[in-house]
Amino acid sequence: MNKRVLIVGAGIAGMEAAAGLSSLNYEVLLFEKDEKPGGHLKNWERLFPTQRLGSEVLEFLEKGIGETVKLISNTNIISAEKSDKNFKVVSDKGDVWYGDALLITTGYDLFEARKKEEYGHGIYDNVFTSAELESLFLNKKELLTHQNKKPARIGFIHCVGSRDKKVGNVYCSKVCCVTAVKQAIEVREKLPECEVYCFYMDLRMYGMHFEELYNEAQEKWGVTFIRGRLSETAENIDKSLQIKVEDTLLGRPLRMTVDMLVLMVGFVPSKSTTMLGKEVGIDFNSNGFLKTMDEHTSTNITGKPGVFVAGTCTSPQTITNTIIDGRSAALTIHEWLSKSGTV
Amino acid sequence: MKSKDFGYQAIPPRHIDYDKNDRTLFYFLRRREPSISICFSCGSCSATCPANENTPFSFYRIMLYIRRGEKLQIAREINKCMLCGKCRLVCPKGVNTRNVILITRDFLNSGGQ
Ligand SMILES: Cc1cc2nc3c(=O)[nH]c(=O)nc-3n(C[C@H](O)[C@H](O)[C@H](O)COP(=O)(O)OP(=O)(O)OC[C@H]3O[C@@H](n4cnc5c(N)ncnc54)[C@H](O)[C@@H]3O)c2cc1C
Ligand code: SF4
Ligand code: SF4
Ligand code: SF4
Repeated sequence: MNKRVLIVGAGIAGMEAAAGLSSLNYEVLLFEKDEKPGGHLKNWERLFPTQRLGSEVLEFLEKGIGETVKLISNTNIISAEKSDKNFKVVSDKGDVWYGDALLITTGYDLFEARKKEEYGHGIYDNVFTSAELESLFLNKKELLTHQNKKPARIGFIHCVGSRDKKVGNVYCSKVCCVTAVKQAIEVREKLPECEVYCFYMDLRMYGMHFEELYNEAQEKWGVTFIRGRLSETAENIDKSLQIKVEDTLLGRPLRMTVDMLVLMVGFVPSKSTTMLGKEVGIDFNSNGFLKTMDEHTSTNITGKPGVFVAGTCTSPQTITNTIIDGRSAALTIHEWLSKSGTV
Repeated sequence: MKSKDFGYQAIPPRHIDYDKNDRTLFYFLRRREPSISICFSCGSCSATCPANENTPFSFYRIMLYIRRGEKLQIAREINKCMLCGKCRLVCPKGVNTRNVILITRDFLNSGGQ
């Protein structure tokens, strides 16, 4: 009989790992709490750095799963444990499944922007998050202020909830710099009259073609980059926003009125990631993500034999990295199952 | 002593002479207040600093002067701070800003050994 692998979370990592394991002839049960697989990718219209559609990547992943993977959706896994020889997962409805190995791909949550109260999300009308802007793009909604006005000026704020000891997250979320560049270009495409500013501390354009996208944003689209971190937002009577930053390259305080502010929210481990990690009894790294055995050589292995991890439940990652990590998890699980047989 | 006016002035060189500069204060501070080393010049301190409102005064620049050993600039700037502590509340890196200022002042007042 084919061995069975349980995968919790049908985001990019879970889907790609499922595809790999199923082509290696394992029986795969892929659990997803939402109605549809895809995770956060479902919410992004176009992707950096190429501006291709997110739905194309989703199609690729869905094709990988095909008919052979058993996708069990609308199923929230609330507990997972090692029982005797195998692994057991339980859903919130009390359903139980068993398998020979367990892969956790429960992903990330967005940093809750209102935790940075001084930035005004949830307090002022026209403060948005990057994810909210993405949802406007995805649903083909017009880009308007809360007062139905075409914005004349938009500011993007980098590092919201990342690299910030005050909120407890000292790490960089990796994808938000280039996402801001991508979204800034999209705003300029849709609203050629609208001025766009990005407020950053460091621009992390580490990926292939990221730097070109950054150049394009400036040269072709006239996006302005100002080095400085937002200190606070205040609302004007007309609901536009006053922002205060130190322009650190000129060494002078800067004030600006914008019609909309977009906060580039970072990654935090998803609630399920934290909960299941504790349930199964695996370790967390210093940033609260799931700890891998070795940051260079064993990215999918945990301290518990038979429990594997992949994707953004272990660290902030781009889609490319997540796909690679999912694929690598499939091979790692295959190696483990073919060597040790069972637990 | 006033130098003779030849119709032009010898302008002090603009470069930071890293080989000659004296960074004793930085090494001293690094031991007493290690958080000085993790400042990434985001400017949040200055954006909230009341001393920076009307006159140029910038805490993160002072830290850079300290790191580079630009003593003249440090001495010129360090007493403008009112020690209100607002910068410490906003610093995303958790730099103990007030302590940096206090230690620097002590150091300078005691002749900087
Ligand atoms: C605003 C924004 C824009 C981005 N744009 C890009 C881009 O253009 N290009 C790019 O490369 N990257 C982009 N990213 C990054 C990208 O979103 C991630 O790399 C990717 O989503 C990670 O996939 P994942 O599978 O690890 O996690 P997730 O997408 O979080 O998927 C986890 C899945 O697990 C499910 N799940 C969790 N817990 C349970 C449970 N207990 N039971 C059942 N199911 C569960 C969730 O419902 C979800 O479907 C962007 C990120 C942000 C914030
Ligand atoms: S990727 Fe950029 S915006 Fe995101 S946390 Fe890192 S430096 Fe900040
Ligand atoms: S707020 Fe902190 S990290 Fe930012 S420049 Fe000031 S001291 Fe440095
Ligand atoms: S303590 Fe000094 S540097 Fe900090 S905000 Fe107050 S006056 Fe500015």
